[in-house]
Amino acid sequence: MSNPKVKFAIAIGILLGALAWLAVIGMQESKTYYITVAELKQMGESAREKRLRVGGRVVAGSIQREGRRVRFLLEQNDETVPVVYVGRDPVPDTFVDHAEALVEGRWGEDGVFHAQKLQAKCASKYEPAEGESPSASPGT
Amino acid sequence: MMDSLGSFAVLLAVTACAYAFIAGIVAHRTGHPVLRETARRAGVTIFPTLSVAIACLWGLFLANEFSIAYVANHSNRDLPLLYKLTALWAGQEGSLLFWSWILSGYMFVVLVRHREEGELRPLAGAILAGVQLFFLILNAFVVSPFRPLAEVAADGTMRPFAPPDGRGLNPLLQYPEMALHPPTLYLGYVGFSVPFAFALAALITRSPGERWIHVTRRWTMIAWGFLSLGILMGAHWAYAVLGWGGYWAWDPVENASFMPWLTGTAFLHSVMMQERRGMLKVWNVWLVFITFLLCVFGTFLTRSGVVSSVHAFAQSPIGHWFAGFLLVVFAVCLFFFTRRRDYLRSEHRLEAVLSREASFLFNNLVLLAACFAVLWGTLFPVISEAITGNKVSVGPPFFNRVNIPIFLFLLLLTGVGPLLAWRRTSWESLKRNFTAPTLIGVATGVLLFAFGVREPYALIAFMLAAFVTVTIVSEFWRGARVIRSQTGRTWGQALAQLVLRNTRRYGGYIVHFGIVVVFVGIAGAAFNKEREMEMPMGATLELGRYAVTVKDRAQGETPNYIYDRLTLEVRRGDKVLTMLMPERRLYKASEQPLTKVMIHSGWREDLYIYFAGVTETGVPIIHAYLNPLVRWLWIGGGIVILGTLIALYPGRQPMKVAVSERAATREREVAYAKGD
Ligand code: HEM
Repeated sequence: MSNPKVKFAIAIGILLGALAWLAVIGMQESKTYYITVAELKQMGESAREKRLRVGGRVVAGSIQREGRRVRFLLEQNDETVPVVYVGRDPVPDTFVDHAEALVEGRWGEDGVFHAQKLQAKCASKYEPAEGESPSASPGT
Repeated sequence: MMDSLGSFAVLLAVTACAYAFIAGIVAHRTGHPVLRETARRAGVTIFPTLSVAIACLWGLFLANEFSIAYVANHSNRDLPLLYKLTALWAGQEGSLLFWSWILSGYMFVVLVRHREEGELRPLAGAILAGVQLFFLILNAFVVSPFRPLAEVAADGTMRPFAPPDGRGLNPLLQYPEMALHPPTLYLGYVGFSVPFAFALAALITRSPGERWIHVTRRWTMIAWGFLSLGILMGAHWAYAVLGWGGYWAWDPVENASFMPWLTGTAFLHSVMMQERRGMLKVWNVWLVFITFLLCVFGTFLTRSGVVSSVHAFAQSPIGHWFAGFLLVVFAVCLFFFTRRRDYLRSEHRLEAVLSREASFLFNNLVLLAACFAVLWGTLFPVISEAITGNKVSVGPPFFNRVNIPIFLFLLLLTGVGPLLAWRRTSWESLKRNFTAPTLIGVATGVLLFAFGVREPYALIAFMLAAFVTVTIVSEFWRGARVIRSQTGRTWGQALAQLVLRNTRRYGGYIVHFGIVVVFVGIAGAAFNKEREMEMPMGATLELGRYAVTVKDRAQGETPNYIYDRLTLEVRRGDKVLTMLMPERRLYKASEQPLTKVMIHSGWREDLYIYFAGVTETGVPIIHAYLNPLVRWLWIGGGIVILGTLIALYPGRQPMKVAVSERAATREREVAYAKGD
């Protein structure tokens, strides 16, 4: 009988190796770069190959629905980018003017961001109440 | 009034807790019995005191006290009563107070019971007080839910201010399950503090024997059961409310609850190695420590905004408080670990690859690999930003690729492990135990393939499910048969007696069976179908065996929201199955829209209807999903909980694991090796 320790080491090695391999594949498939709108504009050609994720605010009045597609402008720090949502999932309810939106997809040849995923949060709800200040805390 | 009383109660709790912590430690070092008793009593008072604070916060919600910031931000006058109560944990301040309250409840039970634990309980109590102190300080001084709203007056001074109505509760949280999901999840998260405290106390005191393991295992099972239920309800809530047709998206908040579940599951198994064979002691204490750290980390993830999530309803800059706390806890664990290593020396070595020990080892390895993969994926944006400067995230394909094979392997082990003997297993017993399960598993695969099932992972999952089920059923059958032949009872009585005789083992098997059923439900996702269609009145959408026709559309309002409601007729063949009424709502107070999902659930599949929107010309758009076998996921989860309850029920042959019993244990091992 050979040493069980060696057998264990081999079995564990194979297991972890296989998992690492799967992990690498999975990461390559779904790696998404977070960038700002300004960065997107500077990247030019090199932005085309990668999956990107851009966040910003939906410009008021820019939402246009064309059947299943939705076009809108995304604004971040005074820079805007046109986006067309071409994803499978329905547009979330929270996607309205001024909402904070997160789009994931690719930068198209046409200078429009083609989003496969769209997440949105209504901004107003999450901001602290006006005038709220730590000094008002009764605990201190 | 109520807000002052509430914040006063929190302050009182901080004081009592600080005393319980400091006096507890001093008493441990000096051994002073009176001091020790005062520390215990101080600890006991925290729960009633915090209950007053919680009652005050509820009172403020019921009284519509919008001068309090937390109430104004999470409620409104017309909010239904139930949601005024659940709003308590809808935001950060309230949910942290809720955390503390649950912890104080656990502490209360620990301090009132467990008198027999000698030195262990007082020290565990002091450790719990230390953890509690951190949260109470946050409650009292950093994120108090009792803070009044204030506005800056014309002359520049601050003055209190009460808006006429609150901003309302996030509509996604206005769902009955939200009354239960967060409390259960928190009971799970917080519950792991107790095994943590006992494990650390045992390490510090070099607690003789394995008494602490007994206590720790019980508490771990309790916390683990709540966590399982909490995760399950979270998945169900996501499925029933979020409207994308699925229940699990590998979202950071979901991952945060899943990680301690994985390490907790690993601990429940590896602890048996220590009980039976005195092995893996180092591993076990670290599993408990890590599980607790992951629970705190989970709270931190959901509350800090380190990674963005769809479930995180509150974010604020308390992140560094948590990071600091995690570091301190980790340092304390590491310190005592290095000082007390001798206590953790292993008593046996692994002997063979085909043994119960080895299967537990793989079980742990695989569970930890899954946990690591989930952690890696969740934190990848943070890691990649730190290393390369680019923030990069990974999505569901990463998690699925790694975790699906891991879990299929785990499923295989769940069938194999319990049938292997301790120390080493003979080929004879392998053949005897595994012939039937393997044959039935393979037959299942062949049959499904013949019926046209081609998804490889789903096929493997169904085969393994059949395999594991047969191993479990045959265990019950064999045991019941012996009892029947000895006592002449009926099968039902024999089974009941079998389970009662060793609740822990058979409870564990029932949990395993529940996991199998959960897997069947998850594997169904390989066959999901979906369709989206514009649907004017009378239009019909066909999906799978179903036809859905628009019969009516109504618009109106309730005090809480405005709605646009469709009435859909669902048919299969010529038979009308049901009418579904999906709704799009606009909540008045929060001005937030919400779509009410409708599900026609069956044993074979769920028809899931989402009112996706309205076209420019006002025609409704319906998105329909056909999700096979989803119901089995919930049923399997229920079986897991049932099994956990059974395993927790004291058996007639309690597991005694004092050191003096080691000899007896050896005999049992021999019996095991002979085929038990
Ligand atoms: C996700 C997968 C699993 C879950 C959720 C799970 C859960 C559990 C639970 C809750 C118990 C009861 C523990 C107690 O009462 O202290 C248990 C017992 C047990 N589990 Fe698992 N388990 C899983 C996978 C496995 C695997 C892969 C193995 C193989 C090594 C295994 C082997 C056992 C054994 C041998 C018992 C004890 C039965 C006895 O007392 O004789 N489990 N399991």
